[in-house]
Amino acid sequence: MLDWMAWTWPTATFFLVIAGLLLTFTILAVKYPETPRTGILRIETTRGDRLFITLLGSAFINLAWLGLDLGPQYFALLVCLVFAAAVFRWV
Amino acid sequence: MNKTVNQKAWFLILPVLVLVAFSAVIPLMTVVNYSVQDTFGNNQFFWAGLDWFRDMLHSDRMWNALGRQLMFSGIILAIEIPLGIYVALNMPKSGFWSSFCLVLMSLPLLIPWNVVGTIWQIFGRVDIGLLGHTLAALGIEYNYTQNSLDAWVTVIVMDVWHWTSLVALLAFAGLRSIPDAYYQAAKIDQASRWAVFRYIELPKMAGVLMIAILLRFMDSFMIYTEPFVVTGGGPGNATTFLSIDLVKMALGQFDLGPAAAFSLMYFLVILVISWVFYTVMTTLDKREGN
Repeated sequence: MLDWMAWTWPTATFFLVIAGLLLTFTILAVKYPETPRTGILRIETTRGDRLFITLLGSAFINLAWLGLDLGPQYFALLVCLVFAAAVFRWV
Repeated sequence: MNKTVNQKAWFLILPVLVLVAFSAVIPLMTVVNYSVQDTFGNNQFFWAGLDWFRDMLHSDRMWNALGRQLMFSGIILAIEIPLGIYVALNMPKSGFWSSFCLVLMSLPLLIPWNVVGTIWQIFGRVDIGLLGHTLAALGIEYNYTQNSLDAWVTVIVMDVWHWTSLVALLAFAGLRSIPDAYYQAAKIDQASRWAVFRYIELPKMAGVLMIAILLRFMDSFMIYTEPFVVTGGGPGNATTFLSIDLVKMALGQFDLGPAAAFSLMYFLVILVISWVFYTVMTTLDKREGN
């Protein structure tokens, strides 16, 4: 099954997590509509925008971690979690 | 009071999403899969983890290509945006000549990229090209196949020739949407030409100019065909921009893994820049709306 498109379990898990996040936020957006708010970036953001910022930022955090040889990649994920919390709290 | 956002309308774009899935999302997923594996062809893949990303992040080749790419996009934006505005400001506002100018300006936009490349490739040749031959006759040494500065000048002038009209057309559309009352008020206040431009025309053009900058940035950041046809990325690597380097790596060397890692990083940079532009544009719109 994994031969198709050269899938691997790690990449499949990666996309499943992202798909799960998107699905969760879609359901959240439908069930609990929200007002956009303006945070420290001084732009209006909804939950979805904050998710996007988090995911994009996390990609760069991981790349920086890898490029600067800062150690095992798991720690980058921890940094991403902190970043995610910060984005959802203050952006 | 702010209203809550109703996001349900997004469900209406589901059919488009399916189409985009086949044309963009699934190929992108395949690229992600390639980026963590190694292959020697034959559809056999071996797990490589994050090695390709590490290699690419430490490769001078990628950083140099990125540097050249940013320089290229910066230079063409610095030329095309002011030049486009200048052209738009000086175009006839109405009548036959206005339409004539508009048609004339759109002509370069209609020419396919590879044809533009071929035109300039021949135009710049010293033996048969009008530009190259004239420059040689004037005693100016010009050879875009051997001198990297000449190659850069050729590629930049070609892009300016091809795309300035897009900026000019957008700026012209922005200018035409300014009501006459603004100009009359400026006249009563005896505003200088510069003041009219700075306080009336430029703010009113801000929206379309952002679109122009975004379009030109994205297009130039992904440029492939024109420099490929004219210089082939040379002399040496002087005009090897990101896409050219990527194709060399993926198809020329068949290094699918590194090329996939490279293209994902390329994609992320583009995504960030597009998001910034989009956010700035929508924020500007909202401020204008208030």
